[in-house]
Amino acid sequence: MNWIAIRMLTGDAQKFYGLLFGIAFSTLLITQQLTVFVNLIERGASGVYNEPTADVWVMDEVSRTTDVNFPMPSTALDSVRGVEGVEWAVPHLRANASVRTREGDLEGVTVIGVDDATLIGLPARMAEGSADVLSQPDTVIIDDVGVGNLFEAGQSPIGVRLELNDQRAVIRGVADAIPSFTSQVSLYTKYSQALQYVPGTRNRLSFILVSAADGITPQQLADRIQADTGLRARTRDQFARDGVDFIIENTGIPINFGITVVLGFIVGVAIVGLTFSLFIRDNIKQFGALKAIGVRNGKIRGMVATQAGMVGLIGYALGLLGTVGFIWGNSGSAFFKGFYIPWEVPLISLVAMIVIITITGWLALRGVMKTEPAAVFR
Amino acid sequence: MSETRPITATRTGRAAISARNISRDFEAGQETIRVLHGIDLDVCPGELTYLVGESGSGKTTLISIMCGILWPTEGSVEVFGTDIYGLTDDDLVDFRLQNIGFIFQQYNLIPAIDAASNAAVPLIAQGMDRRKARAKAAEMLDALNIADQADKLPNQLSGGQQQRVAIARALVHEPRLVVCDEPTAALDAKSGRRVMDLLRDVALAEDRSVIIVTHDNRIFDLADRILVLEDGRITHDGTDVPDDH
Repeated sequence: MNWIAIRMLTGDAQKFYGLLFGIAFSTLLITQQLTVFVNLIERGASGVYNEPTADVWVMDEVSRTTDVNFPMPSTALDSVRGVEGVEWAVPHLRANASVRTREGDLEGVTVIGVDDATLIGLPARMAEGSADVLSQPDTVIIDDVGVGNLFEAGQSPIGVRLELNDQRAVIRGVADAIPSFTSQVSLYTKYSQALQYVPGTRNRLSFILVSAADGITPQQLADRIQADTGLRARTRDQFARDGVDFIIENTGIPINFGITVVLGFIVGVAIVGLTFSLFIRDNIKQFGALKAIGVRNGKIRGMVATQAGMVGLIGYALGLLGTVGFIWGNSGSAFFKGFYIPWEVPLISLVAMIVIITITGWLALRGVMKTEPAAVFR
Repeated sequence: MSETRPITATRTGRAAISARNISRDFEAGQETIRVLHGIDLDVCPGELTYLVGESGSGKTTLISIMCGILWPTEGSVEVFGTDIYGLTDDDLVDFRLQNIGFIFQQYNLIPAIDAASNAAVPLIAQGMDRRKARAKAAEMLDALNIADQADKLPNQLSGGQQQRVAIARALVHEPRLVVCDEPTAALDAKSGRRVMDLLRDVALAEDRSVIIVTHDNRIFDLADRILVLEDGRITHDGTDVPDDH
């Protein structure tokens, strides 16, 4: 009987495609918006993700994220290095500055000072050039998203001189980095050079990047540093989570995306519910005839469930495909750089689709169940 | 001449259908309307029985009760010895599937499947493999002279051809009782008589019965027995119709 149910469903092409559209559109809306939301708030942790080697981030006790930090005295570095279990500890500076290009454009940038000797603090990969260029005077490495913000498409940034806080800076490399939440340009330079670029205050050490020695976990080391120095120490995962939480707590993004996701759900219920109800109503005589002939209610339920399941599955797959296409199609854009679909997102939209299908299927089934077989003689 | 008072349409001997004291009420707002009034009726095997009457006389209600798709308010119905309203819901559905074939006035064919598949529906519902069911349905379509239409969808068939597919669907599982609702209403006189001849040839046998609800007087002469229903009561039982019908 399920074969008949499927033929009944696909036989009415207009309603079938209407149902598919409803489910696919709803899935697309929910999946795409959730994906953008998750990736966007994860940008709150991009500073941590871009630094691949540190197990523990140490900071002033009031600092919250890579972008919301309060500088420490340089002596903090020695305190941390003195803690047992620290394999190495290097200074890391993050500060805002203004840059003026030769064309006269003004842009806010983040200056990131990495350890002079080891270059720890740089992203793992370079898009253009080599990390060694930092040994040259006045050198900065720009992140690839920054290239899009500061330069015309196709224009090479290599060798371009910038006026960074009234000082000369020359771009000699491009880092392959995850953009920050605000997509602000990042300029990497040596720590000692960064101190020159950033307006002077007594304390300018933003973070201390620490690696744990063998035999101690990052969590144990963080706890020990915190206890011994009074500084705030977070493991890599904790600090990444802090960045995400900061975005969630301090912006209206979750509410706005949440509204869109709920709208997607409502649109799904409305379109699918209406179309499925119309489809069932158009076939009510056939269902009545089947009941009269001797098809049990259980089989009728199975038929409606098959129909609902089929449109749900195909529509969901199309919607998911649409999201993949959307992300893939925009992967070249700076805004969508590094975007991925976390496995939880398709799962959430699948649950949403199952709920939509269950609600609409149940509503449609009520009509079928209410139909008396005797109605076929009227 | 017709009887003007209700009669008891029972028969002696083995009955295909034996209905006793059948009454049926319908709720209409606050009001309860009784549409059948204590009908006693036997239908014998091997007979082509017509149920005739004006609109609203209760013939559709009576036939619905007799074939197990509408519960009577009072009374009992035995079909080939089974008290059908003593069965559980699922058993009654299974009983209909095994023993009763239906021909609906509007045919109620499934538009999205072809003629052979439509005719195969009862077999598929019984659990037969779809290919086997379709092959058997195709044989039935052949018996009804529309084998060449087996692969066509209902909307590609004429009214008469759709009617034959509906007949094939009613007969394909070899039911012992065939119930027809106005089978000739949408057909011209010639086609209508051809359908009735077909039904007599294919559906009737010693152990089978056909009940037809109709008010098509063009086919009254083909009946073995005609029951007239007026205001929820049987007022005539004979081989012809009363003069005033």
